[in-house]
Amino acid sequence: MTFALKELLYKMADDQLILGHRNSEWTGMGPLLEEDIAFSSMAQDKVGQSLALYTLLHKLGESDPDTMAFTRNANQFHNCILVELPNQEYDFSLIRHFLFDTAEALRFEALTHSSYEPLAQLAQKIRGELRYHTLHANTWIKQLGTATPESISRLQHSLELALPYALGIFEPSPYEAELMAAGIFEGEQALQDKWLVRIESICRQTSLVLPDLKVVTPVLGGRTGKHSEHLQPLLDEMSEVFRIDPGAEW
Amino acid sequence: MAYSREEIFKILEEVKDPEIPVLSLVDLGVITEVTIEDSNVLVKMTPTFVGCPAMDYMRQEVENALMLQGLTPRVEITFEKPWSSELISEKGKAALKKYGLAPPPSNKIFTDLEILETAICPRCNGTHTELKSPFGPTLCRSLYYCHSCQEAFEQFKPL
Repeated sequence: MTFALKELLYKMADDQLILGHRNSEWTGMGPLLEEDIAFSSMAQDKVGQSLALYTLLHKLGESDPDTMAFTRNANQFHNCILVELPNQEYDFSLIRHFLFDTAEALRFEALTHSSYEPLAQLAQKIRGELRYHTLHANTWIKQLGTATPESISRLQHSLELALPYALGIFEPSPYEAELMAAGIFEGEQALQDKWLVRIESICRQTSLVLPDLKVVTPVLGGRTGKHSEHLQPLLDEMSEVFRIDPGAEW
Repeated sequence: MAYSREEIFKILEEVKDPEIPVLSLVDLGVITEVTIEDSNVLVKMTPTFVGCPAMDYMRQEVENALMLQGLTPRVEITFEKPWSSELISEKGKAALKKYGLAPPPSNKIFTDLEILETAICPRCNGTHTELKSPFGPTLCRSLYYCHSCQEAFEQFKPL
């Protein structure tokens, strides 16, 4: 059971850390000041949430959070590929934020009922914070998804680009049945079903057309350490200062 | 001599939120439990936001305040009783307003984030206000604009 639980915690922690890092790349670069602040704040939330999840893993016998965050190679990370993709233009970052955070908010909502009490307590906390992230995403998707032909076509293009990777969020773990039987987590399929309902309901309020998921081939592999060429450079940059002096006191 | 729970809280009243120096950690609601055994004091704290960067600093300040009284503190950070803005005391809310930060609206009426669309201006008490961004200069604040007094202001986020 511990393997199943650890696998779940690792993928969630790694998702939060890597997307947190990508969000932080908008600091000083946002298209307007409020968006600069928003992506920076969400970065801070997500990195903080990853720390709390790594701390749970540490209590289960894994290394300390800094060692886990800064010394693993790309093939040891369990994040989905969606979160490691470069930010590209703002429209892509926004679509990714919408697709990922909707799933993440639902994941933590489900985990508030987890039989693993420390995770249920943390989920209760994080769930409230993520409401601000989904509020932010939904507001902008609704606004820019109905604004001008350019904003709509940019978002539509990014939506089609991101969707196969977004389906990779729900790549099943080898422990699905075990997690469900133990009441730890409801499973990736149940999560994806709920996610689709939410995504559809927001898209319907815009001029965006959600492609039929039956014809979209999911990009998988992230959960088992098979990543795109973009993850290792991100990790190299993220851990650069740490590696100069791993024993430094901050 | 052994301190009572009330006396420990009195000491902790002096420890302020480093980002909002008018608000004590007790009024902020982040001190969730105090257990005393002779001169040993166990303080349980919980962050306002999981990613709050001031947590380590606040833990240190709590330890310092108790050590100054000759006590042996141990601070534990836990999510057993997660923080919500409902835990800010009435005294704390008044201090926030005086400081120029709109206090969070009560959770009881906070069922949907639509509540965020308007806030009461802490300067002129105007209600003709507009949410500019749910994210502000710290994780726990949002940005607003007041159309009555034409000033920007911040609100402590309801959570």
